[in-house]
Amino acid sequence: MNCENGSIALKLYVASGTPNSVLALRNLQTIIDDFLQGHHTLEIIDVFKEPSRAIADGILVTPSLVKLSPPPRISIIGNLSDREAVLVALDLGEPR
Amino acid sequence: MLGEAGIFVAFEENSRQITENAATFGWDLPALEKEKLFFLDARMSPDMVMSGGFDLNGMLASIVSKAEEIGATRVVFDSIDVLLTLLDDPVAKRRELYRIRDWLSETGLTGIMTLRASNDTKYIEDYGFMQFMADCVIVLNHSLVDHVSLRGARIAKYRGSQFSENEFPMIIGPRGIEIAKMDLSEPDYEVFTERVSTGVERLDAMLNGGYLRGSSILITGAPGTAKSSLAGTFIEAACKRAEKALYVSFDESANEIIRNMTSINIHLLPYVRSGILRMYSARTESRSAEEHLINIRKVIEEQQPGCMVVDPLSAMVKAGGHITALGVAQRLIHLAKSKGMTLLCTSLLEFRGEPFSEATEIRISTVADTWINLSYIAKGGERNRALSIVKSRGTRHSNQVREMILSDEGITLADVYTAGGEVLMGTLRWEREKAERRAEEQRQMDAERKRIELELADSEINARIQSLKRELEANRTELKRLSVDEAAYERDETQRLADLQGLRRAD
Repeated sequence: MNCENGSIALKLYVASGTPNSVLALRNLQTIIDDFLQGHHTLEIIDVFKEPSRAIADGILVTPSLVKLSPPPRISIIGNLSDREAVLVALDLGEPR
Repeated sequence: MLGEAGIFVAFEENSRQITENAATFGWDLPALEKEKLFFLDARMSPDMVMSGGFDLNGMLASIVSKAEEIGATRVVFDSIDVLLTLLDDPVAKRRELYRIRDWLSETGLTGIMTLRASNDTKYIEDYGFMQFMADCVIVLNHSLVDHVSLRGARIAKYRGSQFSENEFPMIIGPRGIEIAKMDLSEPDYEVFTERVSTGVERLDAMLNGGYLRGSSILITGAPGTAKSSLAGTFIEAACKRAEKALYVSFDESANEIIRNMTSINIHLLPYVRSGILRMYSARTESRSAEEHLINIRKVIEEQQPGCMVVDPLSAMVKAGGHITALGVAQRLIHLAKSKGMTLLCTSLLEFRGEPFSEATEIRISTVADTWINLSYIAKGGERNRALSIVKSRGTRHSNQVREMILSDEGITLADVYTAGGEVLMGTLRWEREKAERRAEEQRQMDAERKRIELELADSEINARIQSLKRELEANRTELKRLSVDEAAYERDETQRLADLQGLRRAD
């Protein structure tokens, strides 16, 4: 599994306070807890506070999760409630 | 365009594609993009993963910041449905659209959302409410009618504003988007009482001097009834007056028309060369009726003709839908009238019983001022061309059906021969003509004979007069001689008596 070879870099774009974004943060946290446990970096960008960054990064909808490394770059949109889809996209296996 | 900046959010194409496509319409987006326009490429990457619900809060926040940065007042969400299809739940779709609407009214931006329309139930479930939500709904329609593409735009609603509810044809051309708007104002044209020649002397007479200037003339007829020829004489007459003219033909090249016209003594070529006449020919199928109209209008502007022919107008009917073509025909007529042009249109009249015979034609003909119908009359084993004036507004016109004859010398209308209440044509007319000619000859011969007889009698009388005169003269001479003789005799007698007395020495 990729996560064993190195850390995984994630960016989460949220619109703070909106239900989907709150849900996304919560869902991502459980995935991190179950799979990554420190083998990752996570940056959370609040588009309400930094609107120009989202445009610059090509992010439109919130919430959006972007995996920057290892390649390929993957973006996942939505509140991450479809846990299986997120795990497949991030290539994460069985929980530790 | 109005000096206001805008943001274009493209969900389907990238900004480069849009810019390139726009360039083909002559829109210089790159120049605008430098200051007034911001493209937001909002395409979803194909390998993007969906996981659960999302919303547009982030995007809207980003756009607001960009709008503030460039001072944009307008925003376009192009193909927003592409994004929203990612939301499976119709309620969520609706929520996001309402979010956009509320966001627009909060921020004071004017927004356009484009989305695909269809009639399937899925669409109606998802986006049917859009019609109620938006302040203004414009429905664009693209259909194929007889393989010709037709675009239409219809304003379905516009809160707080008057609007025309019909669907109007729309064209995308080099000059951008043109909507063929109907003129809603009352027609008000300059009217003329001047007559322009039809180019056929006897037809002029039938029409009380010719077509009215600035009127529209419709010539209908079955194939081969010489509709174009009448159009040709009209155009030639205009050229002879040195009046600028335009001949629009469909599916027949200018050279063909000129050549064919030459066979009936209509010579257009010199006028084409001198620029008095402009021939414009178009392919029917290549464009929709609207596009034809736009092109014709361009040619009209260049040529500024006083007389114009569209031959045949029914070709436009072929070009995508009767209704559209009729709308085009009407607008063409209005255009001609507003310019004071005399417009002659020919139209193929299919035989009765064919799909579009009467209704279509009559609807064009209600707009036309003069309607001349050409037909074949088959009788006595032959077909002859017949011309009748169905109507002619503002003209006291002949109601007679006339036979039209095409020859090397041109077009003319034959003399009228009626028999049993019918106008005779072709051989029947010819026979009648011959019979009349024979009768005439007979009459002439009789008269000649009578004349000769009378002359003979005359000369006889003269001769008699002469001989009597001579007799009279002889008498007179005789008489004279007699009196002379008498005088001489008397003189002689006197002399003789004197002599005798002298001889006798009598006293």
